[in-house]
Amino acid sequence: MVNSAVNITAVEVRQLVKRYPKAQTDAVDRLSFAVVRGEIFGLLGPNGAGKSTTIGVLTTRVRPTAGHALIAGVDVVAAPQTVRSLLGVVPQRNNLDRSLSVRQNLLFHAAYHGVPKAVRIRRADALLEQFALTDRANDKPEYFSGGQNQRMMIARALMHDPTVLFLDEPTTGLDPAARLFVWDRIRELREAGVTIVLTTHDMDEAAALADRVGIVDSGRLLALDSPMSLVRGLTAGATLEVAVEPAGETGMARLLDRLGALAGVQRCVQVDSAGAVRTIRLHLTGDAGPLVARVAAAIVELGGRLIGVEIRESSLEDVFIELTGRRLR
Amino acid sequence: MTATTAEVRTEPAAEVRGPSWTLMARSFGSVLRRDVVVTGKDLVAFLAQVLLQPVFFLFVFGKLLTGLGYTSHNYASLLFPGLVALTVAVTAIQATAFPLVAEFGWTKEIEDRLLAPLPLWAVAAEKLLFASLRAIVAAAVMFPIGIGVLGAVPYRAAGMGLLVTVALLGSFVGACIGMTVGTFVPPTKINIAFALIFTPLLFTGATQYPWPSLAGLRWFQVVTAANPITYVSEGMRAALVPGIPHIPGWICILALLVSLVVFGTLGMVGFRRRAID
Repeated sequence: MVNSAVNITAVEVRQLVKRYPKAQTDAVDRLSFAVVRGEIFGLLGPNGAGKSTTIGVLTTRVRPTAGHALIAGVDVVAAPQTVRSLLGVVPQRNNLDRSLSVRQNLLFHAAYHGVPKAVRIRRADALLEQFALTDRANDKPEYFSGGQNQRMMIARALMHDPTVLFLDEPTTGLDPAARLFVWDRIRELREAGVTIVLTTHDMDEAAALADRVGIVDSGRLLALDSPMSLVRGLTAGATLEVAVEPAGETGMARLLDRLGALAGVQRCVQVDSAGAVRTIRLHLTGDAGPLVARVAAAIVELGGRLIGVEIRESSLEDVFIELTGRRLR
Repeated sequence: MTATTAEVRTEPAAEVRGPSWTLMARSFGSVLRRDVVVTGKDLVAFLAQVLLQPVFFLFVFGKLLTGLGYTSHNYASLLFPGLVALTVAVTAIQATAFPLVAEFGWTKEIEDRLLAPLPLWAVAAEKLLFASLRAIVAAAVMFPIGIGVLGAVPYRAAGMGLLVTVALLGSFVGACIGMTVGTFVPPTKINIAFALIFTPLLFTGATQYPWPSLAGLRWFQVVTAANPITYVSEGMRAALVPGIPHIPGWICILALLVSLVVFGTLGMVGFRRRAID
């Protein structure tokens, strides 16, 4: 039994470094984090941040240059076979067995893991049902949609009842309905007690699913906490985003100074530019409403043209911008 | 429940000893069964793929040209063992090279097996075992086909031991050559690589001529001596038609064992390189 005061570590990464041959920099650079049993842990970062490489090391497919990675206390380098029996993997790219039907994909996967025949047949039926694949069970996955492939890969990964499930970019390229379906299944798995590590470059996904989020960029861990704490740590209030056409570069600099100095504005950054139009984001200490008029007045006073105003809650993307100075793409 | 406040304890590593041999044997068996099931569904296509070429060779060179008087009658009996040898080697090479290029290159299908609780070498060994299984089946089918095309094929009960040994060794060597090619050649260059590797292998393997008869063409004799298929062909001749000049059986076995070590090592190194980054 799990004592409520004690969290059991399902995944642990200590000072992990990976440098690929011929690469100039480390793909993963002294990364450390721990995932508690039963939680959904999200690695959030842009493409090329080192998320997939980290998953690769944890799933025994990438050899680490330095550091340690453990699954349920077992070192991935020292005992890769044991580790492989503990984890389920849903890769970023479709790697389904195209020569086998949907049901055979599930059954053979379980057989590779030594699951007894009666158990694997029962489990396959249940998972086909849960992932809405029963009516396609005897089809080959050749002509499946991205959503069907993804559902199938998750179902397959669960066939040997893994301790930890790794999902690498689980909803990239899926349409909104398929994405929500996958989100619901992931939440169900958490309810069932499966530990989940997922990577995503989508802040909405991280915020919607993850109990805790590690923000990574250039192989480094920049922040680690629950999505709510990360956002709260950034700013107490709302966010106001304005699109302006400033009076030249000097006008823009003066505008940033002026807006940053307004009472109620905690911080002010330019987050985007398209042609002459710049997007400025203001992190506020309180509500945005009272400030809108003063911000508009300041823009006009400095010879700028106000194009758009948007009031938003702060999000993980703001945290990323704060940490790296650029948008999450 | 967050990890930041509460005590974090690492679970005792209960299974560090690793999966049991029974589990690994079951896992290995399942991986092999997968290949058997997939091939079984396409048995006719498989046999057509591996047998069409030797059957035409047999028909044109063993039957047609002999019937027209361009080749002597005993040419068929020296060609037949060579074609069985070629079928064994080429079937095995193709059975590892093609799937490995595809599975590591674009379908990524092999990943699910690489994540099974098996050592990497066992996943590679299964590929080799299955490839030689295919090669042995293809070679066995050559005999009834040979009888059908030629009317009779050379057979010698006393040579059976040598025949089976050479066929098994030849199939393993072929599978290892295929694994070497399939893992070292980048997927984008595979078409040109197959053309550059297969055509020379096909014609320098002493399939269509006995090796000792090349004495007058020394450079070609040296070239063919470097092709492992030569020793499969010559070993088959030693077993089936000992009256035709051939390399002694024990030399063939020795040369095939050396090839097995060389290409087995290369194949395993290549497989490891592709399986782990």
